Amino acid sequence: MIAAYFERLNETQGLNFSVFYDAFDQGRFLTGLWTTSYICVVAIIASLALGLLGVWLAGSNSRLARILVRGYVQFFRNTPPLVQLSFFYFAVATLLPTVSDGFGGRSPLVSGTGWAIIAFSLFAGAFNVEIFRAGIEAVPSTTVEAGESLGYTRLQLYIHVVLPLAFRICLPALNNNLINLVKTTTLAYAIGVPELLYAASQIWSESFNVREMMNVLLVTYVLLVAVLVFVMGRWEKTMRIPGYST
Amino acid sequence: MRVSATDLPVLLPYRAPAAIAPSGLAAPMLLGGGTLACFAILFGASLALAQVTARPAGESAATVLLRWAPLIFQGFLFNILISFLSMALGTVVGVLVGIAQVSVVAPVRRTAWGLTQFFRNAPWLVLLFYAMFLLPFEFNVLGLTIAFPAWIKAIIGLALPVAANVSEIVRGGIRSIPSGQWESAESLAFNRRQTMWMIILPQAFKRMIPPWMNLYAILTMATTLISVVGIQDGLTITRAALVAESRPELMIPMYLLLLLMFFAYCYPIARATLSLERRFNVKA
Repeated sequence: MIAAYFERLNETQGLNFSVFYDAFDQGRFLTGLWTTSYICVVAIIASLALGLLGVWLAGSNSRLARILVRGYVQFFRNTPPLVQLSFFYFAVATLLPTVSDGFGGRSPLVSGTGWAIIAFSLFAGAFNVEIFRAGIEAVPSTTVEAGESLGYTRLQLYIHVVLPLAFRICLPALNNNLINLVKTTTLAYAIGVPELLYAASQIWSESFNVREMMNVLLVTYVLLVAVLVFVMGRWEKTMRIPGYST
Repeated sequence: MRVSATDLPVLLPYRAPAAIAPSGLAAPMLLGGGTLACFAILFGASLALAQVTARPAGESAATVLLRWAPLIFQGFLFNILISFLSMALGTVVGVLVGIAQVSVVAPVRRTAWGLTQFFRNAPWLVLLFYAMFLLPFEFNVLGLTIAFPAWIKAIIGLALPVAANVSEIVRGGIRSIPSGQWESAESLAFNRRQTMWMIILPQAFKRMIPPWMNLYAILTMATTLISVVGIQDGLTITRAALVAESRPELMIPMYLLLLLMFFAYCYPIARATLSLERRFNVKA
């Protein structure tokens, strides 16, 4: 039904939405969508882990760890993500050994998708460290001191007192950063990862439907972000402590 | 009294922990120096590595780097120029849309809100593609042909998300002014336009400055995207230089050089944003 409608639209109006009726284009587009979602999900999880690890290290007693985390955060926050990605994909990748691909050829140890995930995780992770830091600093010091006076160790204090409160405080900012991460995944286009933008550009350069594909692409990304916003909104709602507002 | 015989923490001698902020990131003064030092060490190490691993016949890595550095810097300056122009365009449009977002006329408000949300949630690169491909390369106005080169289209493409973000900043700034200000202005017989321009915006202005500067830093970093759509910028020149030299060991120092330029430009902005935020005491 949908396919027939868009095919008719192409014939009568000249609006060529090939992704909706051409099986080949559709397959490519869906593969791109899958790759983008995959990169997003893995990078979101990895960046959250990095953020937690970073903020934990930043609060440790070791001076070296604190300096390292500071350097990491400032470096990734103040340099362009595209250059970071190029740096990883073109420069760092040449240092790594290649592995046999099983067909007699040599393939790089980490694929383009892999480097995209690594670069985006590090990029978003740096922002997450700052966001978690702000959240942790917003937990009233009296609450922390109360926990300390009850004999909590630092780890216990973090798990049972600080993080549950801090997480709720920093959820809105975290939300923004994760949305930003989803948008940043388009940069993987520059290193030839077959994600959504790449698939779309392949389609429009073969089917000559730049205008239509461009709009499909924009709407798809807005929908992707909307899904994330919805999920995070639900999460924020279920995590809310009645009577506790920030 | 035998202190050591007890296992109650309260009875143990108190040893003050080292005084650090809860997260350790709060001391900002050391931050820049430390990061720059890290950067310099990394850069020096990569350069030394390139020097060691280079083929014996070639020039030294430092010479090659010095030869290309001015050209890469020119490309970087072009990025900065693009960022200025897009920021100017985006701010003008964004302020208007932002004020429309708090309009009393519902259709105006909803349209402005929709536009803002749409362009805020679309990826920068996709919007850039949008502008590059869908804007005509020349305009015909009354028989007068106005050329529309790629870099102007790129400025427009980057200005779209900037405008949406500025609009949101303006809306947030206006909303952050306590409603008492509106009411007192009304009781003093100011009309809406006067209230906005003479009472609300002057107060909201300083709250908008830090996020606006933050956005500018983000935009500066996003200007490298124009290399993807085929405009010569710092990143393009860096790549071209690497291709011309075809010395893989130079890749890391060369990219680090470009990263360093951006860092040196964006980091002071980030610092200034933070200190302004602290001075105005606005929660981020």
